[in-house]
Amino acid sequence: MNKVVQNAQEAILGIESHMTLMLGGFGLCGIPENCIAALAASDLTGLTCISNNAGVDGFGLGMLLRKHQIRKMISSYVGENKEFERQLLSGELEVELIPQGTLAERIRAGGAGIPAFYVPAGYGTEVAEGKPVRKFGDKMYLEEQWLKADFAIVKAWKGDASGNLVYRNVANNFNQSMAMAGKITIAEVEELVPVGSLDPNHIHTPGVFVQRIFQGMNYEKRIEFVTVRG
Amino acid sequence: MSLDKNGIAKRIAREVRDGYYVNLGIGIPTLVANYVPEGMQITLQSENGLLGIGPFPTKAEVDPDLINAGKQTITALPGAAFFDSAMSFAMIRGGHIDLTVLGAFEVSETGDIASWKIPGKLVKGMGGAMDLVASAKNIIVAMMHTNPQGESKLLKKCTLPLTGVGVVKRIVSDLAVLDVTPQGFKLLERAPGVSVEEIIKATAGNLIVEGDIPEMQI
Repeated sequence: MNKVVQNAQEAILGIESHMTLMLGGFGLCGIPENCIAALAASDLTGLTCISNNAGVDGFGLGMLLRKHQIRKMISSYVGENKEFERQLLSGELEVELIPQGTLAERIRAGGAGIPAFYVPAGYGTEVAEGKPVRKFGDKMYLEEQWLKADFAIVKAWKGDASGNLVYRNVANNFNQSMAMAGKITIAEVEELVPVGSLDPNHIHTPGVFVQRIFQGMNYEKRIEFVTVRG
Repeated sequence: MSLDKNGIAKRIAREVRDGYYVNLGIGIPTLVANYVPEGMQITLQSENGLLGIGPFPTKAEVDPDLINAGKQTITALPGAAFFDSAMSFAMIRGGHIDLTVLGAFEVSETGDIASWKIPGKLVKGMGGAMDLVASAKNIIVAMMHTNPQGESKLLKKCTLPLTGVGVVKRIVSDLAVLDVTPQGFKLLERAPGVSVEEIIKATAGNLIVEGDIPEMQI
């Protein structure tokens, strides 16, 4: 079985309008730039996107927002994006906000086959509306359910033809959990290395979770707030 | 004189103990790192996936794969560790982080906190704030005692949408240090030159004042 595809256009084949996608990244760090550009160049519309953030104006998921390709965002934080605000206020876009740790765990649970679990985050707040609560010890917890996606699209530093992935620094973020939670998981990597050259001790995502992999190109890796000392 | 942002951060830095794992929120809390007493070693967590936050980078060190939860470029100290978001919040939810410092719009006398949403203003999202306040062993809120209109932000009951219920343990404001107790806000210390009367006037929730209230040591 060959998991290696040539580029982002080939990688996203089979994604249809109105599907649910997961896209890795925190802010603009560790986002699958090549696949996002390919989605933005497509005619896909009505997408539900699960991603911690929604990009910025004109970059990251902001590219899909600008083309009105997203119907619903499931995120923990959606600042830094004027077009997002405009579409949200005008009712063109639906947003579901989820505490960041709960979002990460719901995704992990989706990949790990755990339909529901309990967390304390959001108890007594509007996040708790409609959710079962339960007391463990002297503390109250909310029931949260798994999240899954038709396609999970992740970005890694290095990967091989087996689909094994290694992330770099904090560009791991949501990628590792999302890689587990897609019916089909697409990995774009900065460097596609020969099988056998990654140390098995250092694999973050074992290849079993990855169905398609390719070496991306022209990574911009934009930084939202360059902050230097001195 | 009420404290400025750096004064609040300096006072909070005195709450830190050697060996603590600490999560600092955006704004005043971030400044706390600048005032950790010398000889004391603490490890700062960034919930996007790093234990061991170092100083901001030099221009040459800037790395797009190395940012903090506020999306600013940072460095990682020797001995640092990177991990994914699920692991990061396992640390937080599992009670492995000793101290969380964050800002707030409002705190109630029962320890409720509102910090993420103002009705009528655009919602940006809660990020990791709800996870952090629900799970940290110790939560200190860094805040101004009143809003720019002079209205108290320490209330009987929060008016804004909540981030967490009954979670705040201690507040360090520009005027005072207070603990949240079953009876309400307990005044522990005054900012230098600030009178107990001024603090009473600026606190809308139940305030307990017992005996002489010392000035903060900063």
